[in-house]
Amino acid sequence: MTVLIDRARNALGPELAGPLAAFAVVMVVFGIAAPNFLSRATFGSVAFQLPELGLLTLAMLLPILTGGLNLAITFTANMAGLTLAWVLQSQGGVDAGIGAFVLGSVLAVAVGALSGLIMGLVIAHTKAHPILVSLSMMIFLRGLGEFLTRGGDVSGIPGFLARIGYSSIFGIPVPLLIFIASVLVWHLLLTRMKLGFNTYMIGSNIEATRYSGINTRKVQILVYTLSGAMCAVAGIIMLARFNSVRVGHGESYLLITVLACFLGGVNPFGGFGRVIPVFVALVVLQLLSSGLNLMGANQHLATAVWGILMITVMILRWLAGRLKFLNTNRG
Amino acid sequence: MADQALDGAASRPLLSLRNVNMTFGGVKALKNVSFEVLPGEVHCMAGENGSGKSTLIKVITGVYKPEAGAVINYDGQSYSHMSPVAAQAGGIQVIWQDLALFPEMTVAENIAFQTVIGRWPRLVNYAEMRRVATNALQRLGVTLDVDLALNHFPIAQRQIVAIARALVGQAKLVFMDEPTASLTQSETDYLLDIVRNLSASGVAVVFVSHRLAEVLEISSRVTVLRDGGLVGVYPTKGLTQSRITELMTGKTFGYSVLRRDLGTSPVMLEVKGLSRPGEFQDVSLTVRRGETLGITGLLGAGRTELALTLFGMRKPKSGSVVLDGNPVRFSSNRDAIAAGVAYLSEDRLSLGLIQPQAIADNMVIASLDKILSRGFISSDRKRSLVNRWIGDLGVKIGKQDDAISTLSGGNQQRVAIAKWLATDPKLLILDAPTVGVDVGARAGIFDIVSKLADSGLAIILISDEVPEVYFNADRVLHMAQGRIVGEYAPGATTLQTIEEAVYA
Repeated sequence: MTVLIDRARNALGPELAGPLAAFAVVMVVFGIAAPNFLSRATFGSVAFQLPELGLLTLAMLLPILTGGLNLAITFTANMAGLTLAWVLQSQGGVDAGIGAFVLGSVLAVAVGALSGLIMGLVIAHTKAHPILVSLSMMIFLRGLGEFLTRGGDVSGIPGFLARIGYSSIFGIPVPLLIFIASVLVWHLLLTRMKLGFNTYMIGSNIEATRYSGINTRKVQILVYTLSGAMCAVAGIIMLARFNSVRVGHGESYLLITVLACFLGGVNPFGGFGRVIPVFVALVVLQLLSSGLNLMGANQHLATAVWGILMITVMILRWLAGRLKFLNTNRG
Repeated sequence: MADQALDGAASRPLLSLRNVNMTFGGVKALKNVSFEVLPGEVHCMAGENGSGKSTLIKVITGVYKPEAGAVINYDGQSYSHMSPVAAQAGGIQVIWQDLALFPEMTVAENIAFQTVIGRWPRLVNYAEMRRVATNALQRLGVTLDVDLALNHFPIAQRQIVAIARALVGQAKLVFMDEPTASLTQSETDYLLDIVRNLSASGVAVVFVSHRLAEVLEISSRVTVLRDGGLVGVYPTKGLTQSRITELMTGKTFGYSVLRRDLGTSPVMLEVKGLSRPGEFQDVSLTVRRGETLGITGLLGAGRTELALTLFGMRKPKSGSVVLDGNPVRFSSNRDAIAAGVAYLSEDRLSLGLIQPQAIADNMVIASLDKILSRGFISSDRKRSLVNRWIGDLGVKIGKQDDAISTLSGGNQQRVAIAKWLATDPKLLILDAPTVGVDVGARAGIFDIVSKLADSGLAIILISDEVPEVYFNADRVLHMAQGRIVGEYAPGATTLQTIEEAVYA
């Protein structure tokens, strides 16, 4: 039994302990406090809310692992959503066909990737700080988007797209399926591919990585490009769910994605962190807000509780670190 | 202790410790150690990493409390253990290797900040700080612009600022932890002069150093520690470097020069007229298969710059490089690695290895393509590659996934060598491979180097310690101010001749 646990721990990494513990606590506390918490409805609402925040968190994860940050994620998602919406509009609006949707999605992902590519090029070549570069990109995209949409909504989306946003396959909502598929792709990328390996190495020490013969510029550029492309996926899902795009939609997710990464055990300075614990952390955050909702709490209170949870986790990690330190000292 | 009585034995010891024991997590860090320093003496504490030097210093400065039974006498007072406050008040100062200075603040602030802290009124008196700082520097016979930020000065001068700060605290006993580790020879000489001045003015200095040449030059007595125990206290007169090494490691090392016959071995690397203005000029050299070419010279002689150019990380302005018969012109180190050049960085901590990451990852980073299976990293291939090298090079590790920083310097260096051997190099450039490696473990590194050369690898060994290249290279080039100024065959030249040429 312990062997199995050890194996599982080795496979999933030590970062998983914290998020899993938080998951257990949330399940138990709400299971007792809110009698209707352990129901299909709760999990239904989690399943529908999780993908947007989740996909954006995946977009944030890669840059953080390199020791950077991508502050432009939400506006990149908006921009990609706008791209798709415009393509659909030009192809007949509500009457647009599936071909227009495919074309629009491809263009949307291209726009997202382009935003990341530009950031990656600037960061890799000028060595400017990713916070500043992505902040500039964020402001640029926001201004451009507001200018192009005159600050309003772009709607007129064909019905089938909205149905995709709310339909299920084998009882699993399509956006959730897309999210889970993205999680698996990211997991594979980070654990089994050269790019993932190099992402971690760059996050710990970019110069030593370069001395080892790794093309660190290429890695940085790819990381931001993939981040931008993942934003576009989030943007497409958001369009399908809301039937419209507005620049600024989802803006409040930005910092939550950073926190979700840290709750999932990602090192804020880069080099360490895994996808699966971040996924669990996201589930915990959503369960928390759904649970509070069920108990009739205000949505804003849920956000406040997220903040408290984060601070508690930091303190618990510090305590755990101290205990470990004492134990090793005592031998 | 009577048999250790020496020249200055008439004076009572400033500090004496007896029966000092310390245990950490079941490991005895100090076993019944005694230690003694005379007033105004320069005393050397020698020992490998983990021999207990730092622990002993921390007992003396009150950071650690020794186990019951310890007797500490300092400046006429007796203690069962020191406290940091008592040590500070009594004038015991430690200058740690990292100096613990503030690079962005001025020299005056760095030297005098302790004198103005917590004093009423809580305002900073800059004139007073400047005066205190200037006085302290004058005692060392040094003039520095005290208003300049510390990061304007090279490391040698920062070292002096750290010493000056210790003097402000009315030091009677100063510990210097590896003070010369990052200094060039001339800077070291300068520092040693200052230590002599300090000693002449009545301050006792305890010098902790790996560099045995300095130990012999500066100190009057040497205390040797090994594995937490006291080996003995020896007068410096009559000691030799190899004798100290034996005492520190408990092993005898037979030193002899290499005598390999390479006359018919094909040339692996031929460099002609290679130049990079401001770094090195007109460098020509050849290395044969199976040959180890030593390059020595002071820091700043252009050795590392030359190595980085051969490794493709810098582009030469003129000259040619022929590797294994093919003219090469690298546009990055990736080209160089692909062509069979490997470069072990002199800076293992920040350039050679990725310290927080796993041992296994550090070992495979330069040869990832070899562990791919259908485009994905195969953990089986990775594990077997790592196991092979750990076995071949005798690396002692806990788990493959432990951070490389958990290993000793010697074991880290073995991992770094393995990382490059995994790329199947034809030419291996080793830049200062023994920096931060214990004396005992150095021999192990050079055993590996020797075996690699025997297996047909061409090796360039760069070191600023002449004996290292003398005993481990087939030929020695002397580099100074960017040029190759001398070539020696260790079999036909004495070590002294080369040392005199290099350190002149």
